[in-house]
Amino acid sequence: MIVAEQKDFNDILRSVEAFQRVAVAGCGVCVTVCMSGGEKEAVGIANLLRLAAKESGRDAVYSVATPFRQCDMEFLDEHEAELEDADCILSMACGAGVQFMTEKFPDKVVVPGLNTMFIGVNRELGYWTEMCQGCGNCVLEKTGGICPVARCSKSHFNGPCGGSGDGKCEIDKEIECGWQLIYERMKRINQLDKLTELEDVRDWSTSRDGGPRTLRREDVQL
Amino acid sequence: MTDIKSNLQKILDAGHFSVTSEIGPPMSANADFVRHLAKDIVVMVDAANVTDCQAAVVRMSSVAASLLALQEGVEPILQMTCRDRNRIAIQSDLLGASALGIKNLLILSGDHQSVGNHPQSKNVFDVDSIQLLKAMNDHMEHGVFISGSKSKMPAQFFLGATTNPFADPEEIQLIRLEKKINAGAKFVQTQAIYNIDRFNEWMEKVRKRGLHERAYMLAGIVVNKSQKSIEITATVPGMDIPDILIERMRNAEDKQAEGLAIALELISEIRKVEGISGLHIMAIGWDEIVPVILDKAGFLPRPVI
Ligand code: SF4
Ligand code: SF4
Repeated sequence: MIVAEQKDFNDILRSVEAFQRVAVAGCGVCVTVCMSGGEKEAVGIANLLRLAAKESGRDAVYSVATPFRQCDMEFLDEHEAELEDADCILSMACGAGVQFMTEKFPDKVVVPGLNTMFIGVNRELGYWTEMCQGCGNCVLEKTGGICPVARCSKSHFNGPCGGSGDGKCEIDKEIECGWQLIYERMKRINQLDKLTELEDVRDWSTSRDGGPRTLRREDVQL
Repeated sequence: MTDIKSNLQKILDAGHFSVTSEIGPPMSANADFVRHLAKDIVVMVDAANVTDCQAAVVRMSSVAASLLALQEGVEPILQMTCRDRNRIAIQSDLLGASALGIKNLLILSGDHQSVGNHPQSKNVFDVDSIQLLKAMNDHMEHGVFISGSKSKMPAQFFLGATTNPFADPEEIQLIRLEKKINAGAKFVQTQAIYNIDRFNEWMEKVRKRGLHERAYMLAGIVVNKSQKSIEITATVPGMDIPDILIERMRNAEDKQAEGLAIALELISEIRKVEGISGLHIMAIGWDEIVPVILDKAGFLPRPVI
């Protein structure tokens, strides 16, 4: 899933305080699961904004609407009536959702309530880690199912750097060395010999380095 | 045709035990700083590494500092990391370095920028060190760039790599060393050695794989000036300093003399290790000690070829 965290409340407040009718829009998928921008969090932010407005004597209205997915026009359309009234929409979705909301309401100010962070997993309550960078050319079949792009701090393709120690990465004792994990895994599945092959220079044009990416599939187009 | 072999390569090819040290460029545009460092070691070492923004701290470029060293008569070993440049910049800088007469190239990953003084910077790692070794080897042998396009006059270098006998996991570090040699490394400098027993075990594995016969293995040594220096060195990722050495520094009255004594003992042990072709001395912040060590260890005068 896409993992995101809420922006600092004061930053959120600053970006919406000039508006009189603000709609706080949650999103029902990834950010609901990672507890940063679902219906519950949107209601919470709306309450805090009401409180702040009251304290500073501002007259403002804060409503809440939570489309099932903000990255899908169909679901934004469903909530058009509720959102139409606002002069500012605080989108609590990932960056894709915020931008689709902007496209849906081109005349309104749309601001983000979250910092979108990474494609990752929930490891334990309240702890998420990055797993994939969407490089567009997956190599997990060569690395025992552990991503060298996202989980090695230097995106090495030919084994660990000299900074790997006690299974941790040189950047931080809390971060596991991706290549230690790849090594252990390859050993376990009897594929260590695969790591002796030299993995040649990579074509990064399939990742963000090649410019904004698009995907068009004729088989699913009408 | 000009002589394309570097002095370092000639020394090693002739079967001499090589000696190299380091020149760390300054955090300034002060050319004299580099010139002074070079003057102190001229004719004392066969070549000197010129570091590339070591520890991810912004410093004078390694290409520029290499040229300054060369002008003072010290043969540079240009360090090039994969941290800050994409393949376009790296290949361009290396063409330039070769054009300037720089003949040794040491390719390394580079410390992650988060450990340096610009942790906010973007990290590049377009290619990793093994990929770059192979690319440069192909460039030199076949005159091609990474893209496959041709160069009429490719860069020429004596190609080197680094290895860390003490980093984890050991088995894959050995695999990586072999990959580096397969990719084209002709000499390999090791991480600083303090733990001789562990180093001997590692070298036995290196010899078993015949790697010391395919590339010159140059053993790294750090000389510590103070207790603080050895303690800081001990915190470097992938470093293994036996407690007893730290203890010795702690108990010594004359820290500098003790640091020197430890280095000399390590050097004499390392010289006995089969498969080691040279020594690489890193005197972090204590550059003036290098000639002293070389003299005391009997490395002077250097052979002239
Ligand atoms: S290799 Fe690429 S697509 Fe596969 S997990 Fe890593 S970043 Fe994602
Ligand atoms: S320590 Fe491991 S994860 Fe960190 S940069 Fe080196 S190889 Fe990659």
